[in-house]
Amino acid sequence: MKPAPFVRHVPRTLQQALAMLSQLAGQDGRILAGGQSLVPIMAFRLAKPAHLIDINEVEGLDRLDSDGKALTIGARVRHAAFHGPVVDNPLAALLTYVARHIAHYPIRMRGTFCGSLAHADPASEWCLTTATLGATMIARSTRGTREIAAKDFFDGIMSTALAEDELLAEVRLPLLAADAKFGFNEFSRRAGDFAMASSLVAYRVVDSKIAEARVGVGGAEPSPRRIAEAEAALNGQPPGDAAFRAAALAASDAVDPLEDHQTNAEYRRDLVRVVVRRALEHSLQ
Amino acid sequence: MTEKIALTLTINGHAHAIAVEARRTLADAIREDCGQTGTHIGCEHGICGACTVIVNGEPVRSCLMFAVQAEGKKIRTVEGLADGDTLHAMQQAFMDHHGLQCGFCTPGFLMLAVGVLEREPDISDGDLLDVLSSNLCRCTGYQNIIKAVRAAAAEMRKRCV
Repeated sequence: MKPAPFVRHVPRTLQQALAMLSQLAGQDGRILAGGQSLVPIMAFRLAKPAHLIDINEVEGLDRLDSDGKALTIGARVRHAAFHGPVVDNPLAALLTYVARHIAHYPIRMRGTFCGSLAHADPASEWCLTTATLGATMIARSTRGTREIAAKDFFDGIMSTALAEDELLAEVRLPLLAADAKFGFNEFSRRAGDFAMASSLVAYRVVDSKIAEARVGVGGAEPSPRRIAEAEAALNGQPPGDAAFRAAALAASDAVDPLEDHQTNAEYRRDLVRVVVRRALEHSLQ
Repeated sequence: MTEKIALTLTINGHAHAIAVEARRTLADAIREDCGQTGTHIGCEHGICGACTVIVNGEPVRSCLMFAVQAEGKKIRTVEGLADGDTLHAMQQAFMDHHGLQCGFCTPGFLMLAVGVLEREPDISDGDLLDVLSSNLCRCTGYQNIIKAVRAAAAEMRKRCV
């Protein structure tokens, strides 16, 4: 239960970090941000990186601000930054509500938003959030800067579109409409455990009918994603039990559930129906 | 790669000059290199919370930080809670409410609860319950820990006024 030996590198600027990553990525070099996923994996020796580039001392990576269209979240913004409101927009309440479901309080003190995305655990709350709301990932390397849409970013279990020399430097999360409603629900057997299924929903109500529905499902498939069939079941319908149940059923029909030591596909499919319905019910509270 | 790095850890206001490999966790360094064995190590992968300490005012799992990352930071462990012979309100409350039996998880619970209450003195009862789900105790059934922390929270708020 002790990590294997590694060499630690401590860049002070983003340029230094990118240069180190460019040089060391091919020699099994990794970025160390909050370390709340990477260090346990190293303790189990499932990961034995030869080099760790520790970005905790890099200037400017704690950026967390809004330009009125999107919230920009830097590579070292911790989960705990979202314990309170971060922007004058319904997105703030959404992030605060979701954040308190991430692991436990001491983990949230260290773990980072961008680190969760780069780690890409299927059950990650932030992966679900960015996939549902259509975030843009800003990947940087010595070769330049690349913008990656959330739907193109997640590439299966713990796999992303990031090249090995790219750092996820920032994420831009679009603000919600001022009248937007949101709901979130996840199921796990103990508080703080990885969710076996989770759902985030957001929509507006126009002329008493649901519009611009977004229904995301996480923890159920290799990557979180929006479920178009569930969104179609909501748009144009009055918010309420009938539309919510139809959308939940559409989502559970649409997913191709993971099977693992915790559960089989059939049970997880049913959990998807439950978490989508509960997320939609939460949106009315 | 296995070469040792010289650094100074500041624990409860005392400087400890040590030399450790980069892979040395903060938990191991606190116990093995600094001799402060009040901090306990349970699971070594961030699940149990026994190794919780306060680093620059934040309660964190010391098994999920490397010692080299804590250089220059203010580390607080259970040894720093009492003021001489006077126990911290949280320690006294754990005694008064029977919040411990074997005591293995206790330092972690104390540092978790103190760390959170210093940051958020007016935290709601519900949120406090959620915070206490961070750490594992296999003896008490948690009820007495919850009672102790709620009592200490009230006491700590009183002392702040």
